[in-house]
Amino acid sequence: MAVVAKTPRPSARADQIRRERIQRLKITGRAYLWLSPIIISMVVIVAYPLIQGLIYSFTNADQSNVALHLGAITLPATYKFIGLQNYASIIGDWFNPKSDNAHVLWITFLWVLLNAIFHFVLGLGLALVLNRKMRLRSIYRMLLMVPWAMPQYIAAFAWLFLFNQQYGFIDVMLQNIGLPAIDWASDPNWALASIIIVNVWLGVPFMTVTLLGGLQSIPDEMYEASAIDGASRWQQFRYITLPMLRPIAFLVTLLDVIWTFNVFAVIFLITAGGPFSSTTTIIVQAWRVAIQTPQRFGLGSAYGYIILAILLVFTLFYSRMLRANEAIY
Amino acid sequence: MAEDISIGQVPTIEKVAESRAAVASGRRRQFTRRTESVGAHVIMIITVIIAIFPLLTIISTSFKIPADVFTPNVQLIPAHPTLANYQYVLAGEFPTWLLNSIKVSLLTTLVGVALAAPAAYAFSRWDFLGKQGLLISFLVTQMFPAPLLLVPLYLLFVNLNLLDNVPALVIVYATTALPFSVWMLKNFFDSVPKELDEAARVDGLGPFRTFWQIVLPLTIPGVAVVAFFNFMAAWNEFLWAFTFLTSESNWTLAIGIKQYVHAFGADWGYLTAASVLVTIPVLIAFLWAQRYLISGLTGGSVKG
Repeated sequence: MAVVAKTPRPSARADQIRRERIQRLKITGRAYLWLSPIIISMVVIVAYPLIQGLIYSFTNADQSNVALHLGAITLPATYKFIGLQNYASIIGDWFNPKSDNAHVLWITFLWVLLNAIFHFVLGLGLALVLNRKMRLRSIYRMLLMVPWAMPQYIAAFAWLFLFNQQYGFIDVMLQNIGLPAIDWASDPNWALASIIIVNVWLGVPFMTVTLLGGLQSIPDEMYEASAIDGASRWQQFRYITLPMLRPIAFLVTLLDVIWTFNVFAVIFLITAGGPFSSTTTIIVQAWRVAIQTPQRFGLGSAYGYIILAILLVFTLFYSRMLRANEAIY
Repeated sequence: MAEDISIGQVPTIEKVAESRAAVASGRRRQFTRRTESVGAHVIMIITVIIAIFPLLTIISTSFKIPADVFTPNVQLIPAHPTLANYQYVLAGEFPTWLLNSIKVSLLTTLVGVALAAPAAYAFSRWDFLGKQGLLISFLVTQMFPAPLLLVPLYLLFVNLNLLDNVPALVIVYATTALPFSVWMLKNFFDSVPKELDEAARVDGLGPFRTFWQIVLPLTIPGVAVVAFFNFMAAWNEFLWAFTFLTSESNWTLAIGIKQYVHAFGADWGYLTAASVLVTIPVLIAFLWAQRYLISGLTGGSVKG
């Protein structure tokens, strides 16, 4: 009996496994059917340009030598493969003090670093204030959101207006308290500061709101327990708030660095990268090279890949650093 | 503290001193709490003024005559209020740009949600080969700088004769917003219990009808947030529109309004009037939607 009963079991199990496998295949097939619209659009709008861009980045393609389809006439592409020359010339320029592009890397670094620091410090400060129970809190929070809610190009125009020389609001205020007027966006020494002010103004609300979300998710019991143990407010901040905030702070600063790096409209509309290229970040430079005449598509694509490489290296380095630090806690 | 020195007990000098000190420190604590509260309000008021000041100047300037735009003294309330700027702007090209922007944004919303919703449902409900890989690759695309995609797409559009073509721009907008839309919608779908799907299946509903008739109606707020995000992204976008829309009749607001700024300054009256018309509707919509947007971003952890 036992022998007879045993034989159908493995076959039944095999059957079941087979049925499960078919079921799983069916679900996978259905899932990909449902995903097919976004996969197609991602391939056309993201993957294709990515690969095509990589190919362009090794060529001297520009306005004059790419393939053109003018109605029935097709002009064949005549650009040439030039190996790593585009990459070499971009990176070489950054480290060649005589080149016009020598300071682009430095300006980008300052731009990202200062924005990230101000966004985080101001965002955390405001989040800590808003985390207290206080009257009018929801009204404050809502009005704080205004910079985030305004279209960026409108915000850029508004600040351009405030920065106006001589009779712009900021200069009128400066003169009223006896300080000299500043030419802000048109003074090479102040242009970078001007766009950083605007971008800090734009970016603080997002930081505040996400960090506030992080603060509110810290359980009150942790503060109560530490108060019983006699912890001071500074100790509570240092040993509870900061460590608990770490995951969300990590995520938002990472996003912030990537977004700040890629800011185009604000810089372009306020200073257009000038005066004398004093606000030309890598993104602005890349756009100029690729889209303004003579539209050096090859060089522009190489810029795109260099930017991607910088962001990827930063992300890896940053998450590694975070993980190494985590061991301490 | 009074209980410490209860009736029948002879208060020792130490005890009296102790209780006095306690009252004093209580008062001090109350005092610091009050200063702190005042300080918090002062900080918030200053910050709010900084946050809304540029908007206030725009609104104020839009009602000014040219002579009042720049004055040696700050003039927040127009001395000679006028509607001339609005009349000029509305009589000019502005309505065309506005219509273009509305068209592009609505189409982006429609296409974006139609693409993202089924995908997000598949990610939320089914386990399939390559799911994790796809989800992560979506996040990575957020890192791609626009110039990386700009050049090849620009050339592709030139070759396919799609430059200056509104539907092509819509596809670009909807696709670049996809990673965010899919992640948000997936979170919203995840919050609907899977037992509902099971019940629907038992009742003989196919996967599509389960999604369309059961799950989607339950996540309308989430869908609204994602739709709103797509709308805002298209409404506010500058770089792609500036690069792709070459003919004036296709310009969206972002490019059109730039026409009021020229090499030697700007027509501030017109620029600010147009800016007010662009900003106020989205501002109101945003302030209304921010609560949902934030709870979608932070997994519902933001309270009152």
